[in-house]
Amino acid sequence: MSLLSNAATLLRKEVRTEFRSRELLSTTIVFVLIVVVLFSFTFDPTSTESHRFGPGLLWLAFLFAASLMLQPCFLREQVNDTLSALRLAVADPFAIFLAKIGANTLFLLLTELLMLPVFAALFNVNFRGQLPGVLLTFFLGSLGISTAGTALAAISAQARMRELLLPLLLLPLLTPILVAATEVTVGLMSPEPAVQWKGIGFLAVFDVVFLTALWLFGEYLLEE
Amino acid sequence: MAKRTILGAIAVLLVIAAAYAAFFVAPEERTMGMVQRIFYFHVSCAWAGLTAFSICFLSNLLYVWRRNEKYDWLGVSCAEVGAAFTTIVLISGPIWAKPAWGIYWTWDARLTSTFVLWLLYIAYLLLRTLIEEPDRRALLSALFGIFAFIDVPIVFGAIRWWRTQHPAPVIMGGPNSGLAPGMRGTFFFAVLAMHVFMWFLIAERYALEKMRGDVALLRQEAEAS
Repeated sequence: MSLLSNAATLLRKEVRTEFRSRELLSTTIVFVLIVVVLFSFTFDPTSTESHRFGPGLLWLAFLFAASLMLQPCFLREQVNDTLSALRLAVADPFAIFLAKIGANTLFLLLTELLMLPVFAALFNVNFRGQLPGVLLTFFLGSLGISTAGTALAAISAQARMRELLLPLLLLPLLTPILVAATEVTVGLMSPEPAVQWKGIGFLAVFDVVFLTALWLFGEYLLEE
Repeated sequence: MAKRTILGAIAVLLVIAAAYAAFFVAPEERTMGMVQRIFYFHVSCAWAGLTAFSICFLSNLLYVWRRNEKYDWLGVSCAEVGAAFTTIVLISGPIWAKPAWGIYWTWDARLTSTFVLWLLYIAYLLLRTLIEEPDRRALLSALFGIFAFIDVPIVFGAIRWWRTQHPAPVIMGGPNSGLAPGMRGTFFFAVLAMHVFMWFLIAERYALEKMRGDVALLRQEAEAS
């Protein structure tokens, strides 16, 4: 139980740090907006093609945004060497990861939910009536991105060229998320919307596999 | 040294023999003709690459568990050799695809997932160049290697997702799959030859990495004294 209560305390700390400045959220939202707008210049977004390409562009924008947004989650701890303090404070280092994954999932989900109406308006698509499916897809997708991303941010924070390294490590690893989430979102946006449970299951499997891997190997990532 | 030379000689002879078998022993395929003979190299390189990545994964796990630098040397050797074989697959594939399908590349699931696999191991090798301290480099790259390898089956799971233009598994596939008897012998001989060749390359690369480790150690001692 102490794992979960430790993680909850740390999660509160992460969320409080972010909401004091809100700089991570605001920058990420603007970044996603820029990417979506720039992508839409590459083809005519008024055509029916937007139904086919839109979800892919949206998830690609989320993936790019995440690979930048996840950078500070361990770098921030390096400035005052607070990571050592965190490691001393909790018995199981997995609590640190759980808290960071929770916070990153929350921030990513917030960004996605704020971008959804903008995207729907810009690309002329309708999500009404499909909100539970959209929420589930966004949650599972964000959880997967955050889990793999937090693990790799812990690696890239200890290397040179870290700003470039994280996207390089993370983006190929996240291809399954991109594929599955895009497929499900296309299904939800089509004229006869349907929830593709196969894709949802695929996302859930990815999340479970990477959470387990992090639970097994996370402590080595934080070794001094 | 002598052992590696003998292994190298055997590997080269086996690859030459496999090439001879592929061109002159194996029967001509009915629809694709001559160009189908690239199959013996394309698929055996793919298998050798996957074997190398599997050994890389095992040595990554062993490094995290045992912290013996030997496993780090083995890990990087296997990753490099695996990446080299996968590069051959990604080059020989389009050469075969152009006459067989009429295009060099298609965004089909298996091609894409092989490409992603290749990118993951390129990222692994790049990561190693960006961490100075040997112990940290060994540990962090081993952990990334583990994450990358467990990602591979999930990426390959996407095969069932998209419709695929790549042929369904011919070897160990369904009841109607399988190779003609004349092809089977050549194919498994080519697989054996590529694996011996792969092992030779890994042994060479391992020896090089060991020397680098020894030099680093000697330099450290020289600086300390």
